[in-house]
Amino acid sequence: MLRTVTLAAAAAMGLAGTAMAAETEVQITDYDFPYEGPFGAFDEMQLQRGLQVYTEICAACHGLQYVSYRTLSDEGGPNLPEDQVRAYAAQFETFDEELDDFRPATPADKFPQSALPEAPDLSLMAKSRAGFHGPYGSGMNQLFKGMGGPEYIASLLTGYEEAPACAPEDFPGYYNVAFGTGGYPEECIDEHGHHEVPGSWISMPPPLLGDDVVYEDGHETSIEEEAKDVTAFMMWTAEPKMMARKQAGFTGVLFLGLLAVLLYLTNKRVWHRVKHGQRDE
Amino acid sequence: MSGIPHDHYEPKTGGERWLNNRLPVLGLLYDTLMIPTPKNLNWMWIWGIVLTFTLALQIVTGIVLVMHYTPHVDMAFASVEHIMRDVNGGFMLRYMHANGASLFFVAVYAHIFRGLYYGSYKSPREVTWIIGILMYLLMMGSAFMGYVLPWGQMSFHGTAVITGLFGAVPFVGEAIQTWLLGASAVGQPALNRFFSLHYLMPFIIAGLTIVHIWAFHSTGNNNPTGVEVRRGSKEEAKRDTLPFWPYFVLKDLFALAIILMVFFAIVGFMPNYLGHPDNYIEANPLATPAHIVPEWYFLPFYAILRAFTADVWVVMFANWISFGIIDAKFFGVIAMFGAIAVIALAPWLDTSSVRSGRYRPMFKWWFALLVVDFIVLMWVGAMPAEGIYPYISLIGAAYWFAYFLVILPLLGVIEKPLPMPATIEDDFNAHYDPKTGGTHTAVKPAE
Repeated sequence: MLRTVTLAAAAAMGLAGTAMAAETEVQITDYDFPYEGPFGAFDEMQLQRGLQVYTEICAACHGLQYVSYRTLSDEGGPNLPEDQVRAYAAQFETFDEELDDFRPATPADKFPQSALPEAPDLSLMAKSRAGFHGPYGSGMNQLFKGMGGPEYIASLLTGYEEAPACAPEDFPGYYNVAFGTGGYPEECIDEHGHHEVPGSWISMPPPLLGDDVVYEDGHETSIEEEAKDVTAFMMWTAEPKMMARKQAGFTGVLFLGLLAVLLYLTNKRVWHRVKHGQRDE
Repeated sequence: MSGIPHDHYEPKTGGERWLNNRLPVLGLLYDTLMIPTPKNLNWMWIWGIVLTFTLALQIVTGIVLVMHYTPHVDMAFASVEHIMRDVNGGFMLRYMHANGASLFFVAVYAHIFRGLYYGSYKSPREVTWIIGILMYLLMMGSAFMGYVLPWGQMSFHGTAVITGLFGAVPFVGEAIQTWLLGASAVGQPALNRFFSLHYLMPFIIAGLTIVHIWAFHSTGNNNPTGVEVRRGSKEEAKRDTLPFWPYFVLKDLFALAIILMVFFAIVGFMPNYLGHPDNYIEANPLATPAHIVPEWYFLPFYAILRAFTADVWVVMFANWISFGIIDAKFFGVIAMFGAIAVIALAPWLDTSSVRSGRYRPMFKWWFALLVVDFIVLMWVGAMPAEGIYPYISLIGAAYWFAYFLVILPLLGVIEKPLPMPATIEDDFNAHYDPKTGGTHTAVKPAE
């Protein structure tokens, strides 16, 4: 069911890049997520597993500076019990301006910023990497396949491969078939300027190898499953109100539809005399 | 107020008389709401209501958003995230406001192209038209400045590009750019003043809306035939028109409900579809996005801006004749503003005495081509300026100017118009004959 699409990266990702990036192709796999489509909803268990992957692996370098711990207990989100959220927050230290010192975090605090300056914050990553726009920038992939930032992130996490033979041994970074805007060795560019292999070299070492965590719910810990879980969690951090938004969308469309029907009938009735006679002149 | 004879407001109760003798506001409301409206208006005449509603929606959501927004370079991005995460219903307010801008432009383009097809700009409605174009310019200004406020990557670098256009003006360009930004580069002064103006401009648009309505209420509405309402007597006028309330209010509200259904579906299910992902990255002056793309509603004019590169002969000629003062960049800026100016001048460029495109056999095709041209320009504006795309934008831009500056003036001379109905009543009865009990003819009014 998973289709992998190869696209020119410059049109697809809209990320910062060099002139070289125009030639870069990336491989993005159309992973399925439970929240896709108008009827889709976040899977609580998946978000909790994703939180675990984030905490045990990603958090070493990456922050979530816009996300408050308290939202971990939100319905339509990970929905953790409040005491667990309190315990979870307490394992992080936060700087308190009033105390002028560090103290254990409380649910009212926010996740820390990235520990490394070169590691981007992950709060909005799933939305800021959504430029997966399809042929001619038409947005078709997003519209019809629901392919966006999450597909890109999951593909990136699973996209590390053995560096191709054309690359020199000491080329900096790690070869990734989903990453379009990294370094690219001259040796892998043919005489027409075309890249011989997809992707590029990313400076982040492979974060997931498979079996990196032990899930409490006994869920599979293959690299794909871990990647999907943490990606779903990042979609939630980027769009924590998605469930409420879809709910509002349904309510709006439903009631406006009802209003439209009533207005249609009223309009028809009012115009009937004018259009079909019996109008007192 | 209206030139069409109709019944005026008569106060019925003591209270109404008391108020109306002191301030004739009830009479004003009555005359506005009951204005005689050509009864053959088709579904392209609904966009005015959609636009008025959208303006109200933008002002109301905008006022609430301002209560939670911080116009500071270090806090703006975080305050928008605060709205999205912590403010009750904040995510809906922001998504409605952001997508509301798109709804606004969908409606205004439909409205403008309707006017262009049915000749709504022609005498005596030139003032309505000019005010409309002013409102459109203010809309573009508001939309552009509003896009800066979230202080994302596209906000920042888009501002740098667009204000850089003013820098292309010879001699005074740099001074203008500095004056606009309040500094030599995009930063806190620019964010502050754009915030202020973004709040101000919608109220100017609201004021102009009233003048716009006043103007066409004075001349009467145009209609799909372009034939004027008979004004010999009240009875004659009544045969061509129906009061705005309830006939057109209900019709327009029905259309509005359908449009808002689509709008809510977009807000609810794909609110970021029309936005640019890079704007979810906080502005960073040191990292420029690979492609700086304006919002979709600016793309046709952005394409015209980029179409005139230094290797185009008109640009070379302009450069030579002006002793190098006009370079390709400045030429592009002139072309972009010129593309809007020619719309404003349409009333004087169109030499045909026939208003409606329905009775202009040649005009119809050129107009259809203009619509296609607009869409092509929109598409090519989103493409990188390399390969075949600059040529497409150049052809598109050339046709845009040719339509207004060559085709419109010429067609009026060489075209032989089709026979028109004598009155609006005739046109209406051709579709719905009240005498015979309403046989619906198969002929639909041309859109």
